Amino acid sequence: MSLFFQVDQVTREFHPKISLGDKIASKLGARVETRSVKAVNNVSFQLEEGQTLGLVGESGCGKSTLGKLAAGILETSEGTVLLDQKPVMKDGKKTTTRIQTVFQDPFASLDPRMKVGEAVAEGPIANNLVSKADAIAYVKDWFARVGLDPDFTDRYPHQFSGGQRQRIAIARALAMQPDLLICDEPVASLDVSIQAQIINLFLQLRKDLNLTCLFISHDLSVVRHVSDRVAVMYLGKIVEEGETSAVFENPAHPYTKALLASVPKLVLDKDELVQFEAIEGEIPSPLSPPPGCYFAPRCPYVGEKCNQTNPPLETVGFERKAACFYIPADFEKANKQA
Amino acid sequence: MTKVLEVNELKTHFFTRDGVVKAVDGVSFSLEKGEILGLVGESGSGKTVTGFSLLGLVDAPGQIVGGTIQLNGENLVGLPEKKLRAKRGKNIAMIFQDPIATLNPLLTIRTQMSLALEAHARMNKREIESRCIDVLTKVGIPDPAARLDSYPHEFSGGMRQRVAIAITLLHSPGVIVADEPTTALDVSIQAQILSEMRSLARETGTAMIWISHDLATVSSLATRLLVMYAGKVVEEGPTAQVLKNPRHPYTRGLIDSLPAMAKPGEPLTQISGTTPSLLSLPPGCPFAPRCDRASEVCVQDPTPETNADRMWRCHHPMQEEEAVR
Repeated sequence: MSLFFQVDQVTREFHPKISLGDKIASKLGARVETRSVKAVNNVSFQLEEGQTLGLVGESGCGKSTLGKLAAGILETSEGTVLLDQKPVMKDGKKTTTRIQTVFQDPFASLDPRMKVGEAVAEGPIANNLVSKADAIAYVKDWFARVGLDPDFTDRYPHQFSGGQRQRIAIARALAMQPDLLICDEPVASLDVSIQAQIINLFLQLRKDLNLTCLFISHDLSVVRHVSDRVAVMYLGKIVEEGETSAVFENPAHPYTKALLASVPKLVLDKDELVQFEAIEGEIPSPLSPPPGCYFAPRCPYVGEKCNQTNPPLETVGFERKAACFYIPADFEKANKQA
Repeated sequence: MTKVLEVNELKTHFFTRDGVVKAVDGVSFSLEKGEILGLVGESGSGKTVTGFSLLGLVDAPGQIVGGTIQLNGENLVGLPEKKLRAKRGKNIAMIFQDPIATLNPLLTIRTQMSLALEAHARMNKREIESRCIDVLTKVGIPDPAARLDSYPHEFSGGMRQRVAIAITLLHSPGVIVADEPTTALDVSIQAQILSEMRSLARETGTAMIWISHDLATVSSLATRLLVMYAGKVVEEGPTAQVLKNPRHPYTRGLIDSLPAMAKPGEPLTQISGTTPSLLSLPPGCPFAPRCDRASEVCVQDPTPETNADRMWRCHHPMQEEEAVR
């Protein structure tokens, strides 16, 4: 099988701005300490055509940065992102329109002074996907496909509700006829009843258009619902990756395990309240990550090796990778049974 | 059991240029000592305005236009501001969603906590310090004595919310209103705070109103559930019963639209349409235009029906699948 989309050992570092005083000092030979943050730290993953990879993690884990790197709208510090073996970014510029993005906040991603029809038409016209003359019909067609009244194209963003705006954002991304759609928290700012509508729309369009997707979310239940495979990020690294239902039912990495246990669940067939377990401690600062495994200070399974070396992401089971030296025993057992 | 809070037919309306917005329109409930009541609803359902009304924090053009709020037997509605101030923070306190906005960035935690303490009590410096350390320990802040002189920006998001919670605990109020207190936090931090709040309610007997849009979070904490839609309580009852066997179609729809309720990859059961504008509510049941059980009778306001300790407001309630045990 040919590799459709490949993120290969990608790292993205952010440096703080160096003050003028520090610049002069370093010119004069003084040692100036610069602390940089590796928001994404040596991450690799692959996507086959038509597949959806869910990317989960808590805030600050680098999932949005990874999304931007994959979309070719942010330059990598190291490593490459390839679509059909071709880099998505060259000399700081995006090289392809085949990747499009839907962002979290539909209030921020639409120009308030531009009619929504124009906003959707802009990209396809500029990239010669449609002629100016045909643009109106083209946009109306996309409006209908995302469940909006085609007569709404002359309206402005403020005339729409949050859910409708997210439909517009989806129409705008899809009007570019992408092969890969990157969704960064597309339903996080929506109400539950509207969230279900947008998820259904997404499932339908993905099927109709045979889209490949990278679906970024902090909401585990949403990711579980839409993804074929899932990757769990912690502090800039992927700590576990595998087939969605397998990961959710039988997590290998202690962090995945703890994360799943800490989500409040709706259990309907019990009369008493559901208990959940909390992970102890907090995410360490990415400015000074602990030596060794980043999860070690919070991990109940921590061993000697964990505080010295960072575990590599290795195959631990059928189509499963995890970065952990001491994978909890209950995982191995269940894995052998399967 | 002793009732600490009793709200009866509370109405808070906003008199805007475009018309009267009935944000809270006849909400009633009561709260017992140590009880956690969950208040769920989508944006615009009036859940936050209900919380604000309890503390008399509704600003113009909003106004409480009817109903009573009995806190330990005393009606708060119509009480002069000075008397309300004496209660706020002492007998009833609030936790807000965004701890960055609630804490003053220019003052140390010690200063902010002392101000809150001195508002209702005369204490010397040593007493203040020991009380502060006491509550900070209770909410799980490590090394509280050393953190007292830190500024809010020196805390992480989760720790900041703990500080905000600690401030509400300073006077051991009988009632705490928590408005989406964990929405801005990560799941792992949310779980820590939820389990701490639960044990706090158990240990101190503080009653809580937990306002949230997230059914799963509320259901893991609250013993009773209140579901709001367009300013009205559409369903009320013990959490487990409401979730297991909802009577109102809106509650049913809310539960069914959660991704956890469907098989992965299958379409979710969705509620069609959007929440109505409070300025132009449909006549009768506000949920009727989105409801697949609606009929002609729904243009009339449904009267609340009760059975044991449950209440629902619907002309065509869902059938009770099994007798209430």
